[in-house]
Amino acid sequence: MGKFRKGNKRGMGAISTASLPDIVFMLLFFFMVATVLRTEEEKVRVIRPEASELYKIEKKHLIRYINIGVPMDKRYGTEPVIQLNDAFSSLSDIQEWIAKERLTLAEAEQSKMWVSLKVDQETKMGIVTGAKQELRKASALKVLYSAASRKRTGEAE
Amino acid sequence: MARRELAEINAGSMADIAFLLLIFWLVTTTIDSDEGIKRQLPPPVPPDIDVPQAKEQNVFNVKVNFLDQLLVEGGPLDIEDLKNSAKSFLIATGDGIMSHPVGREVVGRNREIEIDSETGNAKFPERLWVRKADVKMRIAEYEAFLAAADTENKKKNYTKVLDSWKEKLTTIELLGGDYKELPPSALISMQNDNNTTYNTYLQVQNELQTAVNELRDELALEKFGRTYKELEDLYDRNADDIDLLNQITAVRSVYPQRISEAEPREGSSYY
Repeated sequence: MGKFRKGNKRGMGAISTASLPDIVFMLLFFFMVATVLRTEEEKVRVIRPEASELYKIEKKHLIRYINIGVPMDKRYGTEPVIQLNDAFSSLSDIQEWIAKERLTLAEAEQSKMWVSLKVDQETKMGIVTGAKQELRKASALKVLYSAASRKRTGEAE
Repeated sequence: MARRELAEINAGSMADIAFLLLIFWLVTTTIDSDEGIKRQLPPPVPPDIDVPQAKEQNVFNVKVNFLDQLLVEGGPLDIEDLKNSAKSFLIATGDGIMSHPVGREVVGRNREIEIDSETGNAKFPERLWVRKADVKMRIAEYEAFLAAADTENKKKNYTKVLDSWKEKLTTIELLGGDYKELPPSALISMQNDNNTTYNTYLQVQNELQTAVNELRDELALEKFGRTYKELEDLYDRNADDIDLLNQITAVRSVYPQRISEAEPREGSSYY
């Protein structure tokens, strides 16, 4: 009839956890692949200046980025260059790029597009002014000068 | 029937997995948020149009040279002093309800605010009175125009002007008295050299913005018990709140934000 256990002391043997690292690694690789696909590669070195009067854009999908800085890869030179999406570009590419990026937004939101200028703090203004002039010509007038946050001048630490 | 009970799976290591993932996300996702100083660029100017020059006394000139040095209102100035200098410009003749202890604050190194000996007001920039009686008269005037308007176009134009005067009336009511406004031509003008570093450029922009923001905060706190930033944040979340909008407009009409960038100049210049 019934089988009798000898007390309650003998439980199941512990499940082997030897395969857990494999699972974690699988996840790790999955995320690595997935995120590389989504973020754009930074090809220029940008150390953002610090400022206190910051504005935060809530709707991130409206933002397009222009990176300006010295190329990470020294083979591309040591002068600041412009990076649009994933490619090095010149000033004359900006207008076309803006037009293209505008089309990726819904029609109602096209006028709400922001252009975030991520510019290295050591860059000379010449190239930045050039980029701004191009943006004006392309009627992309809403601009955000990307900056890190700091205290106001004269405010106690 | 004796069924074998399912053994409980040891979930102790789930935490480790979660932590791994967490750390992974922390490391990989770029933390830099999309924050920065927002600016509206001016629309492109057709080459054949002459931009009217504003009166010299209504313009607060900031120039930055290729060595990152500042020239403010004709005199050199440290960037630490720029904020206060810009503030004095914006409140220079703020009498009436806008009384600020201006005194003889230095604006630029070479130039003190001239104080009119009779009224005790500073002489620049010329702020103009917005008085309740005047505004009411204007509103009545334009309402009459609007009633008499025969074309759609005229109606549209009159409504626009009427709205701006009505805005001023609400502002007067909210502030609790007549106020002085900066003339439409008054602005802060910034000019930089092609060899100015971006950091200096942004610091100057930031200081000018701070000047406007601090004055707005001060006024909003005094009149409405909230800083200007709080008003804006609240309005962002609740866009139907007409009172908030009116309060924001009131603060803005006393301290408008007019920071303009001069058209770029060719080559490196020494000034």
